[in-house]
Amino acid sequence: MTSFFNTTVGLPYGWAWFIATIVGILAIALPLMLAVAMIIYADRKIWAAMALRRGPNVIGPFGLLQSFADGLKVFLQETIIPSAANKGLFLIAPIITFTVALIVWAVVPFQAGVVLADINVGLLYVLAASSLGVYGIILAGWASNSKYPFYSALRAAAQMVSYEVAIGFILISVVLWSGTFNLSGIVMAQKGVLNTPINGFFLNPLLFPMAIMFLISSLAETQRAPFDLTEAESELVAGYQTEYSSMSFALYWLGEYANVILMCVLNATLFWGGWLPPLDWAPLYAVPGIIWLFAKMMFFFFVFSWIKATVPRYRYDQLMRLGWKIFLPVSLFWVFLVSGVLMWMRVGFGS
Amino acid sequence: MIQAIAFYLFAFVVILSGALTIASRNPVHSVMWLILAFFNAAGLMVLVGAEFIAMLLVIVYVGAVAVLFLFVVMMLDIDFAELRAGVARYAGIGLAVAVALAAEVMIAVGAWSAGKIDLTRRVAPVDPAMPNIQAIGTLLYTRYVFIFEAAGFVLLVAMIGAIVLTHRERSGSRFQNVARQNARRPQDATRNVQPPVGQGVQL
Repeated sequence: MTSFFNTTVGLPYGWAWFIATIVGILAIALPLMLAVAMIIYADRKIWAAMALRRGPNVIGPFGLLQSFADGLKVFLQETIIPSAANKGLFLIAPIITFTVALIVWAVVPFQAGVVLADINVGLLYVLAASSLGVYGIILAGWASNSKYPFYSALRAAAQMVSYEVAIGFILISVVLWSGTFNLSGIVMAQKGVLNTPINGFFLNPLLFPMAIMFLISSLAETQRAPFDLTEAESELVAGYQTEYSSMSFALYWLGEYANVILMCVLNATLFWGGWLPPLDWAPLYAVPGIIWLFAKMMFFFFVFSWIKATVPRYRYDQLMRLGWKIFLPVSLFWVFLVSGVLMWMRVGFGS
Repeated sequence: MIQAIAFYLFAFVVILSGALTIASRNPVHSVMWLILAFFNAAGLMVLVGAEFIAMLLVIVYVGAVAVLFLFVVMMLDIDFAELRAGVARYAGIGLAVAVALAAEVMIAVGAWSAGKIDLTRRVAPVDPAMPNIQAIGTLLYTRYVFIFEAAGFVLLVAMIGAIVLTHRERSGSRFQNVARQNARRPQDATRNVQPPVGQGVQL
């Protein structure tokens, strides 16, 4: 796009790059906001269908405009700041959550060559940005100066930090197998995996357990059910969002769902072939890659909703046990296993 | 030009937030300024082309170490008057450390600008075409592998030491026996009875 502004419009290179980047950011962020609105609707519909209810069906055809009506409602409400709150941090916290949820999308490849920042440390960037997400929650809990948000913030912080460790090791085995940290490179490495006509690391028997563990860890990382202890309404009112109202509350919602969509996309990108079609067969490449990615993302979102509708909530000690005593040792062992197998395949025994 | 603007922006914010880390009265604010300083230092690393170090700085320091700081600081019960009383007592030591650090920076800058150090002549030459993750990995796992592993051992010993020092047997507390909980089946825990009308159930 930079070359379009540079040569066709005739701007100097610096300005062309600047405008192209801004356009790129808007082209990702605006559809993402629309996607968040629709995905909240989809979540409620799927959840309702599994509970044999109808879900939102009043506003617009099939209730499609429900999320927009909700958005309008929170936008028109008054922003209430508790008098005992730490005002600056109280207002910054939702902004951090929302911003962090958006910046990760810079490195997500939507199609061959269609990515805002094709950096060689893409996966590390994803980890770095997702590790920032915890601040929005801790700060909200502390700045609210209220006990339930504080408990919730402590839970959220412990949960996110512990599952990030496991996610880090899981990603290392993917990186070892694909030989690059660049997300587009990882997608391309999944083409026709193990000399079969199927695209995606999930087919690799060594990486399949990692795919399952990554799915579970991504549920924990985004605080979706069954790991939604931070918002356990029977214990903590509404968790860290209890004191928030109006747009500051809405920013949490948007950020949370943007993170959920991101995790769905990462699941698809890292293990299930990303924008590659499921089969390495020429006619399937005629369909644009973004449609394949979108289909895979929708599938994972359905799995997320399905789990939310069917699985009861974990107890907190079970959550911590799963993270530290099961996922961490298994994923650490798997790093050794995968690197050992790769050494054997590429170098061989001896020497 | 954009590099210069970005450099001065990041450098200014690092220095400002460093100063505010010391100056702010609320310890939680201090930690937040410290995090901002780490973050902008990562920005400076990106500018000099060390994107791997930048990402590690954010993942390790911002994502893990600072979270623990914040945890501890949030749960402290802090008496601000007592904190400020200590300032005069430690001012001398603080000043001495500050002077020493400033002198070191000046010596380093002076030595560098005197032109006697050739930064391009490295002990281990690096292929400039290599991405820096690969370059660091190649060096760490070939030339410096023993030092690298020794560093790993030092950290392992430190970790075990911390666990040993803080570990204590707690006799009074009750633990969850997860294996027993998982082994429990509905048929062992429940009983299906149909009591006649007017009679209760024997438990």
